[in-house]
Amino acid sequence: MSAAPQLDPFLPDIYSVRDVRRELPDTVTLEVAPKAGARPDFEPGQFNMLYAFGIGEIAISLSGSAGSGETFIHTVREVGAVSAAISKLEVGAELGLRGPYGAGWPVNEAEGSDVVFVAGGLGLAPLRPAILHVLANRNRYGRVVLLFGSRNPTELLYRDELADWRQRLDVDIDVTVDHADAEWRGNVGVVPALIPRAAFDPTDTIAFVCGPEVMMRFSVAALRDAGVPLDHVYVSMERNMKCAIGLCGHCQFGPTFVCKDGPVMRFDAIADIFSIREI
Amino acid sequence: MTETAKSVISLDGLQALIDALAAKNYQVLGPTVHDGAIIYDAITKTADLPAGWTDRQDGGRYRLERRDDDALFGFVVGPHSWKQFLHPAKETLWKASRGPDGIVVTAEEPSPQKLAFLGVRSCELAAIAVQDKVFCEGPYLDVPYAERRKDAFIVAVNCGEAGGTCFCVSMQTGPKAEAGFDVALTELHHNGAHEFLVEVGSESGAALMQDVPHRPASNEQVSAAEAAVANATNQMGRTLDTNGLKELLQGNSNHPQWDAVAERCLSCGNCTMVCPTCFCTTVDDHSDLSGDNAERVRKWDSCFTLDFSYIHGGSVRTATRSRYRQWMTHKLASWYDQFGTSGCVGCGRCITWCPVGIDITEEAAAIRAAPMSDKEKPNERP
Amino acid sequence: MKGLEDILREHPFLSGFSPEQSDLIVGCARNHRFNAGQYLFHEGDPADEFFLIRRGKVALEIVAPGKPPIVFATLGEGEIVGASWLVAPHRTMFDARAVELTRAIGIDAACLRGKCDEDHSLGYEMMKAFLPILVQRLNATRLQILDVYGRA
Repeated sequence: MSAAPQLDPFLPDIYSVRDVRRELPDTVTLEVAPKAGARPDFEPGQFNMLYAFGIGEIAISLSGSAGSGETFIHTVREVGAVSAAISKLEVGAELGLRGPYGAGWPVNEAEGSDVVFVAGGLGLAPLRPAILHVLANRNRYGRVVLLFGSRNPTELLYRDELADWRQRLDVDIDVTVDHADAEWRGNVGVVPALIPRAAFDPTDTIAFVCGPEVMMRFSVAALRDAGVPLDHVYVSMERNMKCAIGLCGHCQFGPTFVCKDGPVMRFDAIADIFSIREI
Repeated sequence: MTETAKSVISLDGLQALIDALAAKNYQVLGPTVHDGAIIYDAITKTADLPAGWTDRQDGGRYRLERRDDDALFGFVVGPHSWKQFLHPAKETLWKASRGPDGIVVTAEEPSPQKLAFLGVRSCELAAIAVQDKVFCEGPYLDVPYAERRKDAFIVAVNCGEAGGTCFCVSMQTGPKAEAGFDVALTELHHNGAHEFLVEVGSESGAALMQDVPHRPASNEQVSAAEAAVANATNQMGRTLDTNGLKELLQGNSNHPQWDAVAERCLSCGNCTMVCPTCFCTTVDDHSDLSGDNAERVRKWDSCFTLDFSYIHGGSVRTATRSRYRQWMTHKLASWYDQFGTSGCVGCGRCITWCPVGIDITEEAAAIRAAPMSDKEKPNERP
Repeated sequence: MKGLEDILREHPFLSGFSPEQSDLIVGCARNHRFNAGQYLFHEGDPADEFFLIRRGKVALEIVAPGKPPIVFATLGEGEIVGASWLVAPHRTMFDARAVELTRAIGIDAACLRGKCDEDHSLGYEMMKAFLPILVQRLNATRLQILDVYGRA
């Protein structure tokens, strides 16, 4: 047994809200800063546990730049009591925060290769730090493709930023929606359908996929059909996370704990369990 | 060296041992009869122990019966395990308050009370070792567990008889306590004397024995203790073939046996509550009526509840077959991936306390008898 | 300027066909240009032609009374518009509208059906070329109806 005093990993630190930006009717982006000291470093793809006072704690991916900075950025969608409470926080309000936790996107290993981001819905948020990293270090990568699927044109996340990214000539961005009226000038269809149309070298591509699990299943199949080896495909898994540090057992996914073995996982490592129902 | 030499204590010696622990400021916890079962609770005297009692166990069945002797440890394990003291069913992790200076979080102070466990069986030592791996050997330390664990004093007791649902021999966790104890006892009824062979397993154990009257064990007494343990081995009625078990279970996620067991499983979670290694917990966050004081309480949870796997929109494991499969595959297979050991110690509690008598050894054997590869079967592939 | 034959031969749809079979298909082909907003066909029209898109974007729409048209798919460069020509009674099931200036090759359905009926190996290759596209679209439709980005 360890005799040395240890930091208690269950204790949240206190952060305060610096900025709130409403993204969608049910989705906000919060910028939070530690009440004392500096925020820890993090890797793209990692997550924090956000605590709404007296209500509870949820896992939310980091969606800001992983570069130096004083704050964490989180995009939160109201789906339950805790996310609703966090979404209602105003500038100056305090919340608890533990993290960052988990395994992130291997942006360094992807250097020299083409990079394909496949995002679905709110899945763009956990990919954003990786996208920002790749764009900030654009000369270290081959072709860069972002394929983003959303439910309909009014539910597009980070719409302004997508428009900014589209101005760049060194990244291919293709957006599609599941349903649209005739006003929409863009693509209609599912995001996996964009994969065969995208320009990248399947033999030298690292693909980062994030979105609802079914969307990831179809996307991985389309990447495979396009010739991308499964050990070059990374997905971000979602399971119930309570402790975030491998001690509570909730986020088990086959032999793994999503909180510490993931959330980002190399697909070939989980290919055998990914399609087992209710695993 | 006295640490390695075996000695013998009398019944009074056992009382002296309990007293010595109390004198060193341990709260002594041990087996005692309560509500028709042998449970673990605070004890101060040898008279608190279940003298002359034994337990008859089978799938879904547990009864105390009178022995024809006055053995103090003439039973195996009941519904309790030491987990309830090291990893309590409910504990406050921290408290928080909200005032003019914002939110302040305060860690719950660990209890200064040191615990001594008297009567820890070999399978239970193995279970404690498993939980040590889970809570203390990963990247993050479970501080409340580690605080209690580092001060715990363990008096093991070797089993002289096997219980009706025991299979520790298969799991290589017993019946003899080999490591992980401070002192280990073997109860002897030899030549009309009621005594305990003592093995010392640690420096604290040796230190304790200085306060306990003892004499060196004779060769006869050592042989009698060995014979008792051999008796337990020979009596063991259940086996679990662990050879290739991990691959077998992980490769049979769609085996029809999961449907068969789901027909009987009530999804009640008893097996997870009595299991000495099951460690899963949830947390409850509360606040008081003022809304300015809050706390986080950690509670045992069970993978048999729907809530356990809830992600927004619904639960991942809605079917009983999926939840039983999760529990058993985790216990016997994924545990190796996660912690480098089996999660099962062969104590048999999950069999005894299952209201419908589902037997993990039978379930594993049924899959072994007719394995199907996941690859051979239709799957929900894209 | 490239001739129709060269343009058609470069279209991915023809990659699986032999030169002789490609000749047969080219014999049924003609060039099209659709301005933004122009319809390639409307629901219920005879499916007498299908289109290989060379450039541009085509929206497939379904209209319900009292509601704006719903776009359920868009198709672009290298993709095919129209499969009803393969299946009796050869009627289209939706509207196809050019979203932007679209250039396409139209294949005369009656012409190609006749050639496929005469030459079953051509017909077989045609089925092999179409079936994966249909399956791919069926899969996409499955994913679409799951509404995976919805709240629950």
